[in-house]
Amino acid sequence: MAPPPTRSAPPKGAEATPPRGTGAIIVTGACGRLGRQVVRLLHRDRRVIAVDRRAFPDRPKDVSHEQIDLRRKKLKDLFRAQPIEAVVHLGVMHNPRASSAEHHSWNVTGFAKLLEYASQFSLPKLVVLSSANVYGPQADNAQFLTEDAPLLGGARFSEIRDLIEVDMLAQSFLWKHPSTETVVLRPVHILGGVKNAAANFLRLPTVPTLMGFDPMIQVIHEADVVHALTLALAPGVRGIYNIAGPEPLPLSRILKTLGRPTVPVPYTLGKALVKRLWSLRLTSFPAPELDHIRFVCMVDDARARAELGYAPRVDLDTTIRSVDVEQW
Amino acid sequence: MRLGGGLRAAAPFARRLLGATVGGVDAWMTDKLGEEFNARLARVPVKLTESGVDPFGLDPQWTKWALAVVAALHRHYFRSEVFGTENVPEGRLLLVANHSGQLPIDGALLGASMFMDVEPPRFTRAMVEKWTQTLPFVSLLFARVGQVVGVPENAKRLLENGEALLAFPEGAKGISKTFDQRYQLEDFGLGFMRLALETDTPIVPVAIIGGEEQYVSVGNFERLASLLKMPSFPILPQLLLPFGALPLPSRYRIYYGEPMRFTGDPDDDDAVIEEKVAAVRATIQAMLHRGLKARKSVFF
Repeated sequence: MAPPPTRSAPPKGAEATPPRGTGAIIVTGACGRLGRQVVRLLHRDRRVIAVDRRAFPDRPKDVSHEQIDLRRKKLKDLFRAQPIEAVVHLGVMHNPRASSAEHHSWNVTGFAKLLEYASQFSLPKLVVLSSANVYGPQADNAQFLTEDAPLLGGARFSEIRDLIEVDMLAQSFLWKHPSTETVVLRPVHILGGVKNAAANFLRLPTVPTLMGFDPMIQVIHEADVVHALTLALAPGVRGIYNIAGPEPLPLSRILKTLGRPTVPVPYTLGKALVKRLWSLRLTSFPAPELDHIRFVCMVDDARARAELGYAPRVDLDTTIRSVDVEQW
Repeated sequence: MRLGGGLRAAAPFARRLLGATVGGVDAWMTDKLGEEFNARLARVPVKLTESGVDPFGLDPQWTKWALAVVAALHRHYFRSEVFGTENVPEGRLLLVANHSGQLPIDGALLGASMFMDVEPPRFTRAMVEKWTQTLPFVSLLFARVGQVVGVPENAKRLLENGEALLAFPEGAKGISKTFDQRYQLEDFGLGFMRLALETDTPIVPVAIIGGEEQYVSVGNFERLASLLKMPSFPILPQLLLPFGALPLPSRYRIYYGEPMRFTGDPDDDDAVIEEKVAAVRATIQAMLHRGLKARKSVFF
């Protein structure tokens, strides 16, 4: 459901911005699993420009696809060519195998360029998809973290620092450029057809768990994330929002629902094992990510529920089972 | 592979054995703790999610087992006497108690008492040290029986959910008192008062008598304690006796005081908060004195 187009007055000091509902929406990372769904939903009543280096084979006819790199100058041409009403930034690379330099350059430099053009062309709306993983699993985490909790995800797991940096850049942009309505969404572990660490972990034929640990986990269905993204596009909405799915549950109940055999492994052994497997390229899970099945990293989504009107629509059982049924 | 096959063949037997054990223990529980144990369990106000645990990970099944063990100690080993249960209000409350006895048995017995003696029966939530979360099994057990990580956000959320929260404002200093210091309250921390003011929660002062005599500590090996990064290293002569590791079966007496309500700014200066804390501390100290005077024997 896309928000209804409104004709509210453009923000002060932004004469170049067109009235709401007429400009195009740029979706970066549009060829990912989430991006495609966002594009499909938005193109019905908006003009959508899909930006992604990858191919978009079954894109809707009226969506223009720009195979460009965010770091290249061509991005600016997009802003010059037509009035842009909103940018939905999903183009964060999460490939744990890519080199960290490439990662950093793609994620941070690319996003910084995007922000530069956003301020130059007084973009009315910017929606950034971050993640609740930026808070990081810690032994002393509050059970439900609010949006002002520190972003400690990088303390032990350096690969997530890019994402934290993107989140921080978006935050500072939010405060420095009041004329742009910036929204940062931090959803919990996304399940569905997506290929992220959490979903891939649950898809393992035999799931290793840590002996004596069974933290509470929050999961969300990808459709609920897409729903939250569209809610964030509504005029007047700005800020940082945690997005949680159905009620939390212990990891063991998730695995039980999926009917997966599990192998409990002592933490020290598991850590050493994952490290070795990682160095032999036999696993795609870096060892520090084990903390996700050891400590809690859950969020309080009260703000999103109150201000965005967000509520998860997919029930818990469907959300969990979606890792199996919606193989891409 | 053969090992795996053997395990698989053994699994149904193990399951049947487990089932029989569970059934047997259930019967024993009703036998020892009375029919009302299960009936009380059904009346505990607890908000569960779809998956059968509460948002903090409390599982009523696990809690039932833990409570059964502690309730047996409460009734048959320490033979606790409980006074003033009518003072415990419904809804959110903060239990503030003296801490004693080297091992936190006082907290467990207070939890059992809140379930066995107070109407309606309650699950008591307590805050645990952060480092316990890094221990396998311990962290799991604590979470399943309703103990949460000791950060202010969790305390606030629990109280807002209408739970009964237990605080020992003396902290580790209180539990590791030597025998000559028994029933003399240490300084109280201020956090519990700020929490009560912020969430407008009644404070129920609790005096627990009997804990100081369970392990008689004649001294504290401070240098060894700091070396082992433990809060204290008590010297317990009773450990030399046979079965000396068990706490002595001193009789516990638990006094619930009248709820105290405070108003004010939770972010006030320490001096202002200290005054309110002193009132709670004085109440508990007076309850301890009265209780000790009324006590005829440590063990009966």
